[in-house]
Amino acid sequence: MSGENIRGDGRKNNELRPISIKLGVVKSADGSCYLEWGKNTVLATVHGPRPIFPKHMADSEKAVVNYRYRMASFSVPERKSPVPAKRDKEISLVSGFALESSIYTEKFPNTVIDVDTIIFSSNAGTRAAALTAATLACADAGLPMKGLISAVAAGRANGDIILDLTKDEEDADDAVDTACAVLMPQKEIVLLQMDGFVEKEDWKKMISAAMSGAEKIYELQKKVLLDKYPLEGEINE
Amino acid sequence: MNEILKIISKDTIEEYVKDGKRTDGRGLLDYRNIELKQGVIKSADGSAWIKLGDTEVIVGTKFVVGTPYPDSPDEGSMSLNLELSGIASPDFETGPPSIASIEYGRVVDRVIRSAECMDFKSFCLVPGEKVLMLFIDCYPINAAGNLIDAAEIAAVAALLDTKFPKIDENNNIIQGEYVGKLEVNKIPISITFEKIAGKLIVDPNDKEEYASDTRFTLGIHKDSILACQKSKAGSFTEDEINYMIDVATSKYSVLEKVISDANDNKES
Repeated sequence: MSGENIRGDGRKNNELRPISIKLGVVKSADGSCYLEWGKNTVLATVHGPRPIFPKHMADSEKAVVNYRYRMASFSVPERKSPVPAKRDKEISLVSGFALESSIYTEKFPNTVIDVDTIIFSSNAGTRAAALTAATLACADAGLPMKGLISAVAAGRANGDIILDLTKDEEDADDAVDTACAVLMPQKEIVLLQMDGFVEKEDWKKMISAAMSGAEKIYELQKKVLLDKYPLEGEINE
Repeated sequence: MNEILKIISKDTIEEYVKDGKRTDGRGLLDYRNIELKQGVIKSADGSAWIKLGDTEVIVGTKFVVGTPYPDSPDEGSMSLNLELSGIASPDFETGPPSIASIEYGRVVDRVIRSAECMDFKSFCLVPGEKVLMLFIDCYPINAAGNLIDAAEIAAVAALLDTKFPKIDENNNIIQGEYVGKLEVNKIPISITFEKIAGKLIVDPNDKEEYASDTRFTLGIHKDSILACQKSKAGSFTEDEINYMIDVATSKYSVLEKVISDANDNKES
């Protein structure tokens, strides 16, 4: 992927949109994170581990991670029904799997960890933004974690392989959009969703682009956590 | 399946897969036997029945007249649903669609939709007002593993079997009367992998699905990728993803032939 070409919003092909992150924004939650990512804004909160109801939902070996991805009705150009659509439910399911892989859930059997994310305004890449915020909210809540989930989309628009597509780029005729979430620093892919029509070698390049993008996200996430929770000495990875 | 049987068979399946074998005698990348038949439901506009190992799915299609989406006033649409009813497994509950049925349906929908194998402009009756919407409904009747791929193959076979409805002067469908066939210009395939004991297998049976940590589905057309879905907890490395892409594209022609053979046999 070339770092040279300039896109509609002035970015290079391998450049992320501006990201700003704030932790601990919701006082009543155990952990929370507000994230702005280009024109996306997302809030994530964590409650738990706490008792699970109804009781038959409990898992005697680990905590259940209950992840909700929701879009505010006013987050898109034409008002969206606040009732969760099939898309929201599917994204919630696979994002929950991704987040679960980063938490030592076996330490909290018979409990639930509720993770709620709301997209207040959307401009492509919202599931990645929500996960990136959710994992920080988990860290903010002090959950024992194997690593952080660093998520980003990569794909193709107007013939170029690019990182972090905007809505305009997602609407291109040749668009391919690949949402990718990576457990860092282990570099394990925990979410991968795509639709498009792309020759396989090109798609491998997009996955590789998403992997490098995830490393950039991870650096940002580490910085935010260290700013709020400074450590003495070296970080041992 | 009984809970304790699942747990016992999980250990055995892991031991076999570690040695590159499977409990039903297959290799890691072998499919079960596939039977596929079109035109099994007379009341549908198109239909197909698949038996993949012990997994059975019936798919039927129906055209309905509706209004077009504002951003594509001269195009009809497709919609795919998959219902995991109590018929197919003691593990499925009757009631509102479960999250699994939503996920399976959306994955199969994305594979077929991304292939752009139908001309939605030919579904237009009155631009901006009336279009044909094609509903593809998948009913698993025995769930014994790999419902996604079974439903996908049967759904494509049902599309190839679909007849175009006759339209009256008021632009309504005349039920049971047809004018030619729906044109399907590509055959998309889905291939689902499960990761067991660190190894990748295709076409899992139900016991293998239970034993697996992680699932990955790819939508394929020849050497191109149409869609993908990573599901379940657990993870893949980038190398594993690249390996699955190569395996899936190498399996395309075999599965495509299953569908085209069933289609040719029906016509002869």
